[in-house]
Amino acid sequence: MIVRILGEARYDVPEADLPAIEQLDAQLVDAMDRGDEAAFAGTLADLIGLVRHTGTLVAPDDLRPSSLVVPHESATLEEVRSLLAGES
Amino acid sequence: MSVMKRLSGIVQAKANKALDKAENPADMLDLSYEKQMENLTKVRRALADVATARKRLELQASQLQAQAQKLQDQAKQALGQGQEDLARQALARRATLAEQLESLGTQHQQVEAQQQQLETTASRLQAQVDAFRTKKETLKASYTASKAQASIGEAVSGISESMTDAGMTLDRAQDKIAQMQARAGAIDELLDTGALPDALGGGGDDIQKQLDATSKAGQVDAELAALKAQIGSGAGADPSASLPPGAAPGTNGGPSGGASGNGAPAPDGGNS
Repeated sequence: MIVRILGEARYDVPEADLPAIEQLDAQLVDAMDRGDEAAFAGTLADLIGLVRHTGTLVAPDDLRPSSLVVPHESATLEEVRSLLAGES
Repeated sequence: MSVMKRLSGIVQAKANKALDKAENPADMLDLSYEKQMENLTKVRRALADVATARKRLELQASQLQAQAQKLQDQAKQALGQGQEDLARQALARRATLAEQLESLGTQHQQVEAQQQQLETTASRLQAQVDAFRTKKETLKASYTASKAQASIGEAVSGISESMTDAGMTLDRAQDKIAQMQARAGAIDELLDTGALPDALGGGGDDIQKQLDATSKAGQVDAELAALKAQIGSGAGADPSASLPPGAAPGTNGGPSGGASGNGAPAPDGGNS
């Protein structure tokens, strides 16, 4: 599965590592719901670290689109909220 | 719902919107490539802006640093003059400056992070655009095959996603730069008009004025003392006269004292 970290790169993450990533994703949602800046920042850093660690960089000539997108490194809760507000 | 899935949806939607729909797949490839080049230029321009913002912050930090040093020196001078209140005032201002400096330091770190991220974005984008250019020619050569048409669609959508990412990263960097520039502008204005010390509580160089006044007063005192000493030494022909009588007879005896007294003028006269 291809995961993009905004402002960074795309990583090919093995299916076996997806549950751990999804768990962090759920924690991210939880932190956003609670408006917990510190928990959000910590979870986002963990998530980015995990994607970098388990995934392999996708070559530039591989143009497959990604299935999951991770916010920019050090993005704030407010920033992500406003990005998601762009949904229609 | 998953943040990553929602974000993915947003990125895909933006990417699709940005796609140039063209009847001819070859045109679509060319249009997309043109847009990629434009985006690359934008990212590079933003990189230059970040570098400028960073330099400005560094300049301001050194100006604030100089101000802080000056206040430190003034505090020392004031203490030397025994003006503890004035020294306290200078140190209090210095503390306020230190806070400003700390906040500038944080901003500097943020600018550096932006710069790094944009540099990564630029180099990855460049690599992808280069790869796309090669692929574009291969695909164009065989675009009549229906399979190739599907590949064209995929290639164009794929790169459009990367362009969207770059665009979002660019927007983010520009927002941050704008915030920093507004703040830096305010500090510049304060530094330019010399109003910074005012804003920090107290007149521009009132500390220096007080220090100067005290040291002037000190100088006057010193001159006065010197004058008094002169006048004192004018009447003090007596003390100098009173010394020899005490010294001459008491110590090493008459012969040596008499000899030196007579001997001293003789060599001088001989030399001259």
